[in-house]
Amino acid sequence: MAIKTEPMFLNLGPVHPSTHGVFRMRALVDGEVITDIEPVFGYLHRGIEKLAEGKSYRQFLPLSDRLDYVSSMNNNMAYVMAVEKLAGIEVPQRAEYIRVIMAELQRIIAHLLAIGSFFNDMGTFFTPFFYMFIQKEKITDLFEMVCGQRLLYNYMRFGGVSHDLPPEFIPALTRFLDEMPAEIKKYERLLAENEIVLARSKNVGVLTREMAINASAAGPVLRASGVNWDIRKDDPYSIYDRLDFTVPTGTNGDCYDRYRVRVEELTQSLNIIRQAVDGLPKGKVLNPVPLRFRPSSGEVYSHIEGNKGELGFHVISDGSDKPYRIHVRAPSFINLTALRNMLIGWKLADAIIIFGSIDICLGEVDR
Amino acid sequence: MTVELEYNRIVEALPQDLASCVIAVENHGLVIQPERIADIAAFLKVEPGMELDYLCSVTGIDYIRYFEIDYLLYSLKLNHRLTLKVRLTDRSEPTVPSLTGLWLGAELQEREIFDLLGINFSGHPGMKRIFLWEGFPGHPLRKDYSHGH
Amino acid sequence: MEIGLGINSMDLDLYEGHIIEDLKNSAITALPEPSGWLEEEIERNIITTTVDKLLNWGRKTSLWTETSFTACCTFEFISTSSSRFDIARFGMEVLRSSPRHADLMITAGTLTWKMAPQIKRVYEQMAEPKWVIAMGACGISGGIFADSYSVVPGYNRILPVDVYIPGCPPRPEALLAGIELLRKKIEKRSISKGK
Repeated sequence: MAIKTEPMFLNLGPVHPSTHGVFRMRALVDGEVITDIEPVFGYLHRGIEKLAEGKSYRQFLPLSDRLDYVSSMNNNMAYVMAVEKLAGIEVPQRAEYIRVIMAELQRIIAHLLAIGSFFNDMGTFFTPFFYMFIQKEKITDLFEMVCGQRLLYNYMRFGGVSHDLPPEFIPALTRFLDEMPAEIKKYERLLAENEIVLARSKNVGVLTREMAINASAAGPVLRASGVNWDIRKDDPYSIYDRLDFTVPTGTNGDCYDRYRVRVEELTQSLNIIRQAVDGLPKGKVLNPVPLRFRPSSGEVYSHIEGNKGELGFHVISDGSDKPYRIHVRAPSFINLTALRNMLIGWKLADAIIIFGSIDICLGEVDR
Repeated sequence: MTVELEYNRIVEALPQDLASCVIAVENHGLVIQPERIADIAAFLKVEPGMELDYLCSVTGIDYIRYFEIDYLLYSLKLNHRLTLKVRLTDRSEPTVPSLTGLWLGAELQEREIFDLLGINFSGHPGMKRIFLWEGFPGHPLRKDYSHGH
Repeated sequence: MEIGLGINSMDLDLYEGHIIEDLKNSAITALPEPSGWLEEEIERNIITTTVDKLLNWGRKTSLWTETSFTACCTFEFISTSSSRFDIARFGMEVLRSSPRHADLMITAGTLTWKMAPQIKRVYEQMAEPKWVIAMGACGISGGIFADSYSVVPGYNRILPVDVYIPGCPPRPEALLAGIELLRKKIEKRSISKGK
């Protein structure tokens, strides 16, 4: 018996519990099925790229923290590497190892939050999220030991990092590395083969390989669609060429594959941190540069593998102490290009899960 | 390791009708005539040996005498990259063909450049402001933009 | 996109743009701190202090928060409400997304002019008595983004704010201290004097 349905125009957001921030989608629905969707951006557009033109290079560092606010170390690292490439600044080896440790710890935090919110959207109502949050708090304690902040660290500097590791850091980190694999197994036992999770996320929101490349997707979204592209392997920066790790890829490009890729990346990050701690050399952590330094005029594009995809900074200098233009290649923003194709034809409840599996952060989408 | 392609070799490999649209070869990219950007990008996307099938980022810059748009293209299979640049001297109605026919990934980035710099992309399926609201006066990322508080 | 039903997506954008420009032109100075129920007309001749105490105790120990979170301070709020700092011991673990159920709005994040009409609308939908905590530097004055072209310099341009919590982002302990200040303020209310 066919149910009579009517077309309706609905608003999803901007004030919504599951849109990961202030994001709005205007949806045309026929009954429960979405027939057309238009995302509306800009509710958190703070004008960071314009503010950069009035600040010196060092004053932009705290602004770069606030781009993707769950991955502040990664943002710092990408910006600092871009300016170092532009001005030809050398970084001591100990600082490189510390940067990689911090970046991978940040990746673990971001993936835990992404997986936790993915289950929130599915209706588990905070239980897995709170368990993952306990581990996140342990890593936040490690960061607070080093630089004093809990969320927006502003830790990296041109030519190294701002503070050396305190003596209690490495023992605390080793304790964390030892207990984390058991925690990941705990999450897997209840969630990975769960009937409801499989029914709601397998073959839902499929992004084919061709569409992923055409839509410039990056990060776990691209890898879950079967493309083996990870900047840490394909265009290595810092000390990643000396470290041994694998890059997990998916096959189908559905929500379940994106979730699996993120869980596998957790294990790989633990692996990388262990190798970096074992190989940590002694020495200084900063080659200082003057407070208002003037790089020679030119332009550079430098990228890292952030937790949401390829995070790039295009920095253009005109020889003065303020940048002429800084453009951020924001992975969350560009991953949303394929949103319309991924959502049409699915029900509203699936739309929330598909949108959550792309894992965006509004600070980066809107900048 | 991603290799930046050698620009002089690229220009030699282009067919006759496309080689004429290269204005200059600079350190950081090939400067192309604005009207022909879609043709040359389509050629570079499928030509064996180049296969630049991934559009990484589109940047708009206001160098006061002209606007510049940088397209950064990657080849995921062959692991190399290339930058194409386009310069527009018309400040009142700058226009350039859109690349959305070749890459869906250009759609949102071109809307952002229209919103913040005021450059029009002809052939774009839904050209309108993206971050700022309709009725916002001016285009903020231009160097001559000023707003009273 | 073609919406049909007589509406067009560009018309919606233009209509919303007008609302934002009107709000921006009318919000020139900060709103004063709310000192009482200005709309409340009840004047009682009999002073009922025990009723006051009971009502205030009920209100301050079960503040339900409206989840209108915009930016980075959200994560410090989530940390405060999770098991380590545990906001549930103050009766506040209920995070509703419907403003009709809430009586406290914690403004966690930067406010832009594009978002301002929505936040104002959500605030107006909350039932009295209601309170607002401005959390973080962006909530107090626009913070590090204060001189940007699209950022509202502080939530008190469009809403009356009761408590300001500085920090970027404020630590969970600072947020709990701010909530304690708000509870002291609620204690001092009296239905007869309307304060």
